[in-house]
Amino acid sequence: MESKLIRLTVNGREEAVVADPLATLQDVLRDSLELTAVKSGCGQGGCGSCSVLVDGELRLSCLTLAERVEGAEITTLEGLNETNAIVPLQQAFVENYAAQCGYCTAGMVMAAKALLDRNPAPSRDEIVEGLSGNLCRCTGFAPIVRAVEQAARALSGEEAS
Amino acid sequence: MAKVRGTGFAAVNYPTGMHLGGDPTQSLIHMTPAGDVVVTMASVDLGQGLRTVLAQIAAETLGVPYESVVVETADTDTGPHCTGTFASRTTHRAGNAVVMAAEEARKAMLEVAGELLEASPDDLETDGEGNIHIKGVAGKSVPVGEVAGAAHFAHGKSIAGRGAYLKPPSPMDPETGACDPDSTQAHACTVVEVEVDTETGAVEVIDVKSVYEVGQQVNPDLVKGQIVGGAWMGIGHTLYETTAPGYPAIDPAPVDFQNYLQPGAAETPEITCEVLEFPAASGPYGGKGVGEMVTNSPIPAIVNAINNALDVRITEIPVTPEVVLRALDEKAQAGG
Ligand code: FES
Ligand code: FES
Repeated sequence: MESKLIRLTVNGREEAVVADPLATLQDVLRDSLELTAVKSGCGQGGCGSCSVLVDGELRLSCLTLAERVEGAEITTLEGLNETNAIVPLQQAFVENYAAQCGYCTAGMVMAAKALLDRNPAPSRDEIVEGLSGNLCRCTGFAPIVRAVEQAARALSGEEAS
Repeated sequence: MAKVRGTGFAAVNYPTGMHLGGDPTQSLIHMTPAGDVVVTMASVDLGQGLRTVLAQIAAETLGVPYESVVVETADTDTGPHCTGTFASRTTHRAGNAVVMAAEEARKAMLEVAGELLEASPDDLETDGEGNIHIKGVAGKSVPVGEVAGAAHFAHGKSIAGRGAYLKPPSPMDPETGACDPDSTQAHACTVVEVEVDTETGAVEVIDVKSVYEVGQQVNPDLVKGQIVGGAWMGIGHTLYETTAPGYPAIDPAPVDFQNYLQPGAAETPEITCEVLEFPAASGPYGGKGVGEMVTNSPIPAIVNAINNALDVRITEIPVTPEVVLRALDEKAQAGG
C-alpha cells in the first residue's frame, strides 16, 4: 500500500506525516510525532493506555485510523498544558500516589479529563464508570478514584475563585 | 436462594531477601560540581518506588536535601551489581548499599568542608538543607555546592562513595535442614468480608482490612500503595484471573485483556490497613521488604470468607461462579 500524507491537528499544532493509509492514530502519535505519553498496552482496545481526546471525546487511539481524524482536534497528555507544566488533574494523581509503574497513568488522566470536562462534579460511581475502560495492574484503582475526586474539587474551587 | 455474607482471615510471615549463593547489591555515589548527588544502581524500580526510597536514604545519610539527589537505576550492563528486584529484597539490600556508599561520600564531603572552614571534620554537622556547619558555632558554615565546587576545582578531590552489601551464602545443613534463609521477616494479617449470591455464584468482596508489620517504614505512602495494590491483586487472583480456564489443557488460554479477567474500580472495595513499625536490626534505618507479601494474605482470607459464608470447603482459585455453584451442589447432595 502506498504511503500518503496525513494532516492532523495535534495539541493545537498542524502536523503533516507520511504514513500507511491504515496507520492507527496510536502509531502516528507515538512513532511519527514522538508523543509517547500515548502508550500501547494491548493495541486492540482492551486496556485504555492509548486514550486520547478527539474533538474532546475520549478515544482509543489504537482503534482509530489516523486518516479518519484529519481535521479533528486531537489532544494527548502532552497537550494538557501548552507550557508543559503539570495541571491540577495531574497534581491530584501525584498527591494521591495514583501511579506506580505509570504505564496506565497517561490514559487514566485523559479518561479523567474527558469525564471532568463533561461532568465537573461526578459522583464516585460516575468516576468508576468513567474510568471503566482503563486498566491498572498496580494501584488497585482506589488511589486513582481518589485523585479524580480531588481534582474535581480543586477544579470547582478554581472556578469559584 | 439469597445473598449471604461471610468473614475470613489469613496471616503471613514474609522473608526479606534470599541467601542461596550469597545475595549482593552494590551502589556508587558521586557528587557533581554543583553539589548534586548521583546514586548509580543496577537495581530496577518496577513502580514500587525504589528510586524514591533510595533517594531518601542517600539524602538522610549524606545530610543533604532529598531534592538534590538523583538515582540512576536499571542499567544492568554498566551499573554496580544488583542481584535483582525480587524476594522483597531491594529496599533492604540496595538501601543498605546506599547507606554504605553515602557514609563514605559524606566523609569525603566533610573532609573538604573541614579545609574550607578550617575545622576538623569531626566538628562538622549537616543541616539537611544544603549547608555544613561547625557544631555549636553560629555563622560558621558553607553550602554543600561550594564544597563540591572546591573539591573539583581547587582540591582535586572526588566526593564519592562505594557501598557493597552482601548477605553471605548460608548452605543448608544436610542433617537438620537448618540454614539462615533471610535477613528479617515482615508480618501481616488480613480480614475480609464477602457477599456471595447463592443463585449466580458471584462473589463480591465487601471489605478488606489488614494489619502489617514492616519494620521502620522508609516511605509510609509508598508502603500503603503496595498494600492497597497488592490486596487488589489478591482479589483478582482469588475471583477472576487464570491463564488456563481449560486446565489441564492449556488451550484455549486467554491472550488478551478482554478474556483475562481482572477486577476494575467497580469490583474493588475500600481497602484499609494499619501499619506497625518494629525496626529490623539488619535493615537500612530499620526497613524490611513489603513488596510481595501484600498479595499473600488477601487470597486465603477471601477464600476463607467464602467458605464461612456458604459453610463449604473450597480449596482452589480462582473461585469463579461455577466453582461456588458446584460447591453448593456438592453440599446439597451430601446433605440430601
Ligand atoms: S493500546 Fe489501545 S486500548 Fe490498549
Ligand atoms: S500504575 Fe502500573 S498499570 Fe497503573
